[in-house]
Amino acid sequence: MKTGKPTRWVLPGLGLFQGLAVTGKNMVQSFYKKERMTTVQYPEERAPISPNFRNFPFLVYDKDPKAGLRCTACSICEKECPPQCIYIVLDRDENGKSLKRPKVFDIDLSVCMNCGICSEVCPFDSIYMDGEYELSTDDRFGGLLFGLDRLSKSAEYHMKLRPEQASEVMARRKADEEKKAAAAAAKLAKAKADAEAKKAEAEAKAAEGKGEDA
Amino acid sequence: MISDSSMPYSAPTLAPGADDDQLLHVSLGPQHPSTHGVFRMNVVLDGETVVSLKPVFGYLHRNHEKIAEGVTYLSSMPYTDRLDYICPLSNNWAYAHAVEKLAGIEVPERAEYMRVILAELTRLINHTAFMGFILGDMGAWGSALMYAFRERELILDLFEDLTGARMMANFMRFGGCRNDLPAGWAEKCSVLVDDYGPFLDEMEKFLVGNEILLARCQDVGQLPKETLINGGITGPMLRAAGVNYDIRKAEPYGIYERFSFRIPLGDKGDCYDRIMIRFLEMRESLKILRQALDQLPEGEYVNPKAKIRGFKPPVGEAYARIEGPKGELGFHLISDGTVNPYRYRVRPPSFINLTLLEDMCLGLDLADVVIILGSIDIVLGEVDR
Amino acid sequence: MSVDIGAALQGIHAALPAAKVAMRTNPGPSNQHSLLVGNESLVDVLRFLRDHLDFDLLSNVSGVDWPDPAKADAVAVFGEGEETAREHGFLEVVYHLYSTSRRVGPLVLRARSADRGENACVPSVVSVFRSAEFQEREIFDLYGVIFTGHPDLRRILMWDEFVDHPMRKDYVAPDDYEYEPTPHDDVLVKAKRHYPAES
Repeated sequence: MKTGKPTRWVLPGLGLFQGLAVTGKNMVQSFYKKERMTTVQYPEERAPISPNFRNFPFLVYDKDPKAGLRCTACSICEKECPPQCIYIVLDRDENGKSLKRPKVFDIDLSVCMNCGICSEVCPFDSIYMDGEYELSTDDRFGGLLFGLDRLSKSAEYHMKLRPEQASEVMARRKADEEKKAAAAAAKLAKAKADAEAKKAEAEAKAAEGKGEDA
Repeated sequence: MISDSSMPYSAPTLAPGADDDQLLHVSLGPQHPSTHGVFRMNVVLDGETVVSLKPVFGYLHRNHEKIAEGVTYLSSMPYTDRLDYICPLSNNWAYAHAVEKLAGIEVPERAEYMRVILAELTRLINHTAFMGFILGDMGAWGSALMYAFRERELILDLFEDLTGARMMANFMRFGGCRNDLPAGWAEKCSVLVDDYGPFLDEMEKFLVGNEILLARCQDVGQLPKETLINGGITGPMLRAAGVNYDIRKAEPYGIYERFSFRIPLGDKGDCYDRIMIRFLEMRESLKILRQALDQLPEGEYVNPKAKIRGFKPPVGEAYARIEGPKGELGFHLISDGTVNPYRYRVRPPSFINLTLLEDMCLGLDLADVVIILGSIDIVLGEVDR
Repeated sequence: MSVDIGAALQGIHAALPAAKVAMRTNPGPSNQHSLLVGNESLVDVLRFLRDHLDFDLLSNVSGVDWPDPAKADAVAVFGEGEETAREHGFLEVVYHLYSTSRRVGPLVLRARSADRGENACVPSVVSVFRSAEFQEREIFDLYGVIFTGHPDLRRILMWDEFVDHPMRKDYVAPDDYEYEPTPHDDVLVKAKRHYPAES
């Protein structure tokens, strides 16, 4: 219940005067002090965006936009996406064998909430968050649906956008590739050696057989 | 100790027909989102005095809990940002804390420090914005809010540097945080912490002695301590009435026991105390921030054993809570051993703090209702879920 | 600080010998075991806990839907030599109690309805804890638990004309919501079914 008059009075008018003084100080300073000038005139001026800023995912390709796409259509991001805005169809050849690349990769901008979970769960370093934010369009349906053509961006773009992350990824991929190449070479060498050994064995056997015959 | 009869569950309703034509039924709201969100109150007035007040919820209801039951544990994390959208990072922490309890995941030291820093920055954001909003409720629409938002924007810039988004951070992970602090972030944060004190001084000078604020807030909306506890009120609302209950001290989670800070307590529990409590809490938050930034260790920012893909906690349940800026924010999770939570329940502080709204307003003027609602500090994203 | 649930159980048994209270173990690492309380003694048990064991803050009330009772028993495991498992699904209400003066908690209590249909009743605890008022309304709204003795049991989050209880596990979402033709889920198919004339 209200008991009537407030209990903690100060000198009448003092508080109002102090408040006005604060406002006046702020107003005057807003003409010359940099930290008081807080607005910029968009779109002529732009506020600097942070290098970590994330908005809408993109797909990375190396060299060739079609063949170099890192995505293997594994659908992990599709499953983990919180608003379920990713749609992937796996590309198959005429025998129905998987080609390990997406035929369709759609992201709906109107549903995407830019959380970045897709880029986090991707095991193939394929999907990353973009920094582009001027994505508005007057086409409400087609314009907001991003297909492979608009989602694919080069590894150089990634490097330019997030140098630290991209170079780390590149180094890792390179190491992996080298490892793979080394493994493949080792495998090849082993196969070669095996074949040679077999050949030698067969020859020896043949020689033995000949000996017995004689 | 309290007897049941001392707590009427509901407003005294008038006998039907008894001078009902003298009463005025007012539907307050649903208001524009930038005030407090779409919230409606059915108020019955006798002259200028409130005789009954029934809040109406659900304009922003999206069944957050049902959505969470349909997606994986990690996928709920960005949805928690949207609960109390003024302070996404404390929501993140509360949820991560609950999942860590459910699955028994350890959090590395550096991640704990990062979490404390982010949670206290969030508290600063929330209380600063609150100062602007409550002044807006009193009719000073504009200047106070602009000052508050100018300062809040500086913290949001820090968040953007770290998490990539101003508000929808999606930053905490089960067993740590998503990424490490970028180079120079801690220094920038340190500068901000040093500059925040003068801003608070300015704001305090602006508000505290103001006659209008004193006249509108003092002795408005008091309730006895026992009623507040019984009504589930938590956070600054409860402490303004002088109840020493802060989860950071009562049940220290994270690493809060390492910091020295005090819990400001009010004395009467009126709206003025609720405002002042938040001022004092901001100063304590600055103290915690200073200590945390000074002690920030090197090391892992996430537990390397924690899985991101295919995370399945063991069968069981857990309830975990943190001291959010608005009160006790809890998550109750039940796992049946699959990738989706079986039950995901949010204990939203602003929703439960509204339980006693009617009791606080009865017998006061209509204009006081607005102040009391403002002093509860609700966010409708959390109330309606 | 975690709560000594055994002592609480003993206290309840000593003070309210008629009350049906049994301990349930939580198999997970969170170490939060619970007490399953019979519906007829729920209010008395809560009042006893509030007045004599200082559990003065009812922090959280959650509703849970268990169409399959075996799942419920997997989360809250029986002690030895207790009643056998239920045959039908049921609705459950979980209470989390804290003590602000002793600073312990949470004390987890569970109450279960007889079934998921007409007898989905659990007594209301609003007369003991005001904080349950809106939370019980929410559980009534989303799960359909009827809280007997609740002063004002109305829908709270959904609108008054809404018929079903959306948080139940067998709830089927209506297909007539405002549709947004996104080409990558079944929204469009559903919408087409619902508006045959348009498409």
